[in-house]
Amino acid sequence: MTRFLQLIVPLLSGLLFGIGLILSGMTDPQRVLGFLDVFGQWNPALALVMGGAVLVSAPAFAYARRNGRTVFGLQLSLPDRRTLSRPLVIGSLLFGLGWGLSGVCPGPGLVLVTGGTWEAGLFVASMIGGMLISDLFERRRTAAAVPVSAGTQLGDCG
Amino acid sequence: MTTQVMVQSLLGGTLIGLSAALLLLGRGQIAGISGIVGNLARGQQGAGAWRVLFVVGMFASPLLYVLVAGTGVPGALALPLPLILLAGALVGFGTRQASGCTSGHGVCGLGNFSARSLVAVMLFMGSAAATVFVVRHVVGA
Repeated sequence: MTRFLQLIVPLLSGLLFGIGLILSGMTDPQRVLGFLDVFGQWNPALALVMGGAVLVSAPAFAYARRNGRTVFGLQLSLPDRRTLSRPLVIGSLLFGLGWGLSGVCPGPGLVLVTGGTWEAGLFVASMIGGMLISDLFERRRTAAAVPVSAGTQLGDCG
Repeated sequence: MTTQVMVQSLLGGTLIGLSAALLLLGRGQIAGISGIVGNLARGQQGAGAWRVLFVVGMFASPLLYVLVAGTGVPGALALPLPLILLAGALVGFGTRQASGCTSGHGVCGLGNFSARSLVAVMLFMGSAAATVFVVRHVVGA
């Protein structure tokens, strides 16, 4: 039973995430760009989507912080909440540039691979290329840096 | 914004939040799309079956939607090819450098009351809004 749950939970989670993106209209780059166009015909829909999502995720994170375990007793570790770094700042700015150009971020990009046209496949392929280049940068940075103990590594927020 | 869009947004957002809560409390993982895809792309041993299954679920979602709703998924990327490639690469590189995107820092990080994620969200939204401003109101595309 536990083994079954271990498989079904991520599958269901991915399915819910995708359906949520589709129902909320976030797979439509025009809807997203409408939110980002604060000096034009501003469309606040994205704020409602994110607000609705955070309202549901916040109690789950509160539970996770308090208990440190999943409901099945599995140990869980949460990402670092405080440390600001150069890659965080520069990476976020560059991500925003790509997001503003296209109206597509990673989640909707993935959904559009099977739900949209071939252009989305190309977008995601290029996105994966960018991710691999980031890995190369990361490797050079960790090679140049003084080794840190595992306990001080920054959490990956995904 | 019409009432219909409002209801769609809140309903869809709730499902996204449920997805993040399910993965966190059921599997101890963060529903951050760039982290999930980035770790899979790296092709490391032990990237985890859970990441593959999550992506399979996302890929399956449009098929389920089309079956139930009977209409196609809204949205198409209408952009010149070079811009698609450039935007994709920037999104991939940026989200991995920043350790998160709209889902990891937005839905999950803000839900976790993370100051680090709040800074990331403000930076990528600010940068995206500035980009849209230049594209639509300065260049006038």
